[in-house]
Amino acid sequence: MLNRKFIPLAVTCCLFFLLFGIGSIQFDGFGTPRVFFNLLSDNAFLIIAAVGMTFVILSGGIDLSVGAVIALTGVVCSVLISKYQWHPLVVFPVVLIGGTVFGAMMGAIIHYYKMQPFIVTLAGMFFARGLASVISEESIPIEHEFYNQVSAFGFEIVGEAWIGSSTIICLMVLIVAIIAAHYTRFGGRVYAIGGDANSSALMGIPLAATTIHIYAISSFLATLAGIVYSFYTFSGYSLAAVGVELDAIAAVVIGGTLLTGGYGYMFGTLMGVLIMGVVQTYISFDGTLSSWWTKIVIGGLLFCFIALQQLLVRIKPR
Amino acid sequence: MNSTPVLQLKGIHKIFPSVHALKGVNFTLRAGEIHALLGENGAGKSTLIKVMTGVYQRDSGDILLDGQPIFPNNTGDAQALGVSTVYQEVNLLPNLTVAQNIYLGREPRRFGLINWGKVNRDAQELLKGYDLDIDVTLPLSSYSIAVQQLIAIARGVDMSAKVLILDEPTASLDADEVQSLFRIMRDLKARGIGIVFVTHFLDQVYAVCDRITILRNAQLVGEFETATLSRSELIGHMLGKELAALGDHKPPTNSECGDALLNVQGIGRNATLSPTDLQVCKGEVVGLAGLLGSGRTELCRLIFGVDKKHNGSITFNGKTVNVNSPRDAITAGMGLCPEDRKHDGILGQLSIRENMILARQIKQGWWKFISRKEQEEIANRYVKELSIATSDIEKPIEQLSGGNQQKVILARWLAANPSLLILDEPTRGIDIGAHAEIIRLIRKLCDQGLALVVASSELEELVAFSNKVIVLRDRQKVAELEDGDINPQRIMQAIASN
Amino acid sequence: MNTLSKNQNLRRYLWPCAGLLVLLVINVIIAPEFFHIEFKDGRFYGSLIDVLNRAAPVALLAIGMSLVIATAGVDLSVGSIMAIAGAVSAYYITKGVDNLALIIGAGLIAGLIAGIVNGFLVGYMSIQPIVATLILMVAGRGIAQLVNEGQIVTFDHSGFAFLGTGSFLGLPFPVVLVIITFAIVQLLTRRTALGLYIEAVGANPSASHYMGLNAKAIKMSVYCVAALCAALAGMIAAADIRGSDANNAGLWLELDAILAVVIGGASLMGGRFSIFLAIIGALIIQTLTVTIILSGIPPKFNLLIKASAIIVVLLLQSPLFQKQLAQLKFRKATSVTNTAKEAKNA
Repeated sequence: MLNRKFIPLAVTCCLFFLLFGIGSIQFDGFGTPRVFFNLLSDNAFLIIAAVGMTFVILSGGIDLSVGAVIALTGVVCSVLISKYQWHPLVVFPVVLIGGTVFGAMMGAIIHYYKMQPFIVTLAGMFFARGLASVISEESIPIEHEFYNQVSAFGFEIVGEAWIGSSTIICLMVLIVAIIAAHYTRFGGRVYAIGGDANSSALMGIPLAATTIHIYAISSFLATLAGIVYSFYTFSGYSLAAVGVELDAIAAVVIGGTLLTGGYGYMFGTLMGVLIMGVVQTYISFDGTLSSWWTKIVIGGLLFCFIALQQLLVRIKPR
Repeated sequence: MNSTPVLQLKGIHKIFPSVHALKGVNFTLRAGEIHALLGENGAGKSTLIKVMTGVYQRDSGDILLDGQPIFPNNTGDAQALGVSTVYQEVNLLPNLTVAQNIYLGREPRRFGLINWGKVNRDAQELLKGYDLDIDVTLPLSSYSIAVQQLIAIARGVDMSAKVLILDEPTASLDADEVQSLFRIMRDLKARGIGIVFVTHFLDQVYAVCDRITILRNAQLVGEFETATLSRSELIGHMLGKELAALGDHKPPTNSECGDALLNVQGIGRNATLSPTDLQVCKGEVVGLAGLLGSGRTELCRLIFGVDKKHNGSITFNGKTVNVNSPRDAITAGMGLCPEDRKHDGILGQLSIRENMILARQIKQGWWKFISRKEQEEIANRYVKELSIATSDIEKPIEQLSGGNQQKVILARWLAANPSLLILDEPTRGIDIGAHAEIIRLIRKLCDQGLALVVASSELEELVAFSNKVIVLRDRQKVAELEDGDINPQRIMQAIASN
Repeated sequence: MNTLSKNQNLRRYLWPCAGLLVLLVINVIIAPEFFHIEFKDGRFYGSLIDVLNRAAPVALLAIGMSLVIATAGVDLSVGSIMAIAGAVSAYYITKGVDNLALIIGAGLIAGLIAGIVNGFLVGYMSIQPIVATLILMVAGRGIAQLVNEGQIVTFDHSGFAFLGTGSFLGLPFPVVLVIITFAIVQLLTRRTALGLYIEAVGANPSASHYMGLNAKAIKMSVYCVAALCAALAGMIAAADIRGSDANNAGLWLELDAILAVVIGGASLMGGRFSIFLAIIGALIIQTLTVTIILSGIPPKFNLLIKASAIIVVLLLQSPLFQKQLAQLKFRKATSVTNTAKEAKNA
């Protein structure tokens, strides 16, 4: 018997292969390793952000500040590198620490002042975007030899498939996240809080520390996603990555994680992003379909998965 | 038997903003005994347990564990000291596996990572000691409550429990499951663990417990050896005789019963209440007696349509009414003051006025708005009539004391002009003065021709005002007492008889 | 007897109104011409009128949102519904429909359908409001783009454009629409029992069930009202630019609407609501923007200041923060008296 808790994940995986299969049959050059690995490299920043979002959603929260943190990261990086001539390797630790502190503060406000995550991270989103536009309203190009080297780095594997630095970073993040979620005590606490925060407290789980860690991780990963994003654009812009938080949430849900928390898998989030990527690739291969269909399809998928989750929760096993 | 006290509570006081929940309670638990903690709802059992386990902090008094004073600030502290609790609503995590639940927060690790192999093997091994041979890698929610409870006990004991508190562990178990739980409890007792057993099933108290502590109205009634306390004495202690002043049997006399106002035939619901009959006449009080969990509250909820009935019919005012929701009952002319005032009764943020007129408004329909002026008239009238202690009808109801909140809820239904009012534990958790007032009020309402159904755990109270008492036990009606038969002894006999 | 109640009610109104007043005073100090209003060609002109006009869409959204929040819900899709309604009415205009009632009716019906979807998901399928309305927030813009076929659809229809740029009794027509909507919703909620029902369901769902309130239907109706308000706001936005831009119409306005309601003092946990205060909240947001411009702070600080304002408002509403503030005051007071005592002793 298939374990019930794997059903959403199984549906997600099947859906991905189904979509990929349909595309491969319909279009030449769709079903190639190259297209598959492009899905990874094109969406690397989204995967990283969505991994952070998965921790948050597993714990029963939500983080709306992700897109804004990505933009802020890009702006800070570009200013420090282009204007102040810092070396990127010095800039990255600085922004990562800054991002982590930002997330930890949101987590602390959520826990200690008993506020809803969505409103606190919403304020965080305004704050991060506001700070980004205060620093610079114009897009600032990043020109640094290191950036060229990093984005050129990579190697080819079978079938013209290219594994670049962003793919490597995102896969590393994914592996660490899977280990953290499923093989550490911290991971257990995240699931525990998402299952029932009251019971978790009664079982001796430190709620404050765990909540703060979760939001710190989410913002840390959003910052990392912002760095990866800056490798695509070679610039920092305060209005970049608008709505990425919605994409990340959608990916997590399509990946089979329960939006009320407690159930789900890191790996599912990867599949969720890939499904969204396949839909986009399909639409661009087709050529006659317009880009807005992506939003409608993702909305439809969101609905189906939320309905499926509701169904699984309602029909309790006896 | 080992007689050293492992856990001692002395003179514990706990005061909440609206209620004095524990008034100098003592409690002594010996190592290697099973000790029943008994009392009706609101007697202070759960508060006492929460004080022991660090959920609440005591306002005064001492807690000694092995003779040393302890000050647990949270359940984690208490657990670390050796006091574990298993609640009726199993406080584990349904989304995690059985093994994860047992070792949450203390998983064995290898190279910094959780060693799942060892977690699962250890859990499997541990549960074998509790006669459980189950797949520990499945989510907790795949198992029955009984199994979940044993798992919770296993977790608690494995975390070096000296004291194990079982809060209503048998409430949702069947007979076999209860027996296997008892086996485990005796086993743990033999290992020298002190067990506090909270339950409302008296049979079970006599089956496993060595000693009994009884609480009532936030105070200690006494500590007894099970062997020397008879069943009716026990019930007497639990239901109390303090309201002796009200004790004369003085039911309303103007009941003019031709056809019953409310005629309930065979109403029941699977696993909640066996089919039950009930007749209430105009100007009459019918009391529902029984211990906690006997089906008192369930009967009230079924009549009022809060829960859907599975069988039976209701005739009201000579007409068959199809009650599928509270709205149907309200339209027919009934009202219900629920037992859990805070959760099911008051609308905390809203004003006294709004709380009072809402039922009447719902009865009239949303488009027939009661004007502000009329609302104020109604509210002021009832504040005066029921002598509700408030300076202002616009105060949020949550700022009132329990007794005054209860009066507002009563006013809510009186304002809706019902011909029948169901009161579920109307005097629970309110101070003695308000208590007497509410009982006077019940008499007065009947004199005005209202029919009442009152569920109560206060026997003296029921005796004081009931024309008829229905006794419930184990989710079914076991006796119906009329006028001359209504006295505390007869009711207790009916509850206790087997 | 009623002094206490008046105090409590006053306190609810005091903070938002005082906040608005302070902002207005600051505006007058830094720009004395702020209150200058001119009457020209049958309508008023001036900064104050501008504030009202610009605040109109958020005020409309806030009217609906305050009802939704009162039921302990939230509607993230109102921005997308604006885009849909704008797109639908633009579609009919470009298809040659000339009857204004038909065009507006079509936009409102499109909004109503969206509201029914939200209400069904929240009320009847018991999906958390954030999640349920997220679906339409994501898909709604796609639907609007589908209607527009990916273009920014421009149109020329003087009747419809009147919604956004016309004036009535000297006031910009959007402001008139806000006043009308406010009056209708206020009548509907405060002259019938609906408002009380909404507050009851938000304050204690279980107790409401015991009294026979149909929470499902009540939730359905508030999401429908919110969607209708959003549809109206969407048509105003479209009429204003004489075109429908599915990408940018109402973008992030759902967040402004939520903030307006929160600034108006409502709790996200549900219960009490005041449409009037929600509109004051919307005016505060718009006035703050103007204040920033007038005070010479570069407009890029807009968002940052807004974010800080939200955080302060949220903290002020938190019971723990209030307690901490009280303790701070207490400590100061005691330290003052202590030093006073010491001084005496010395």
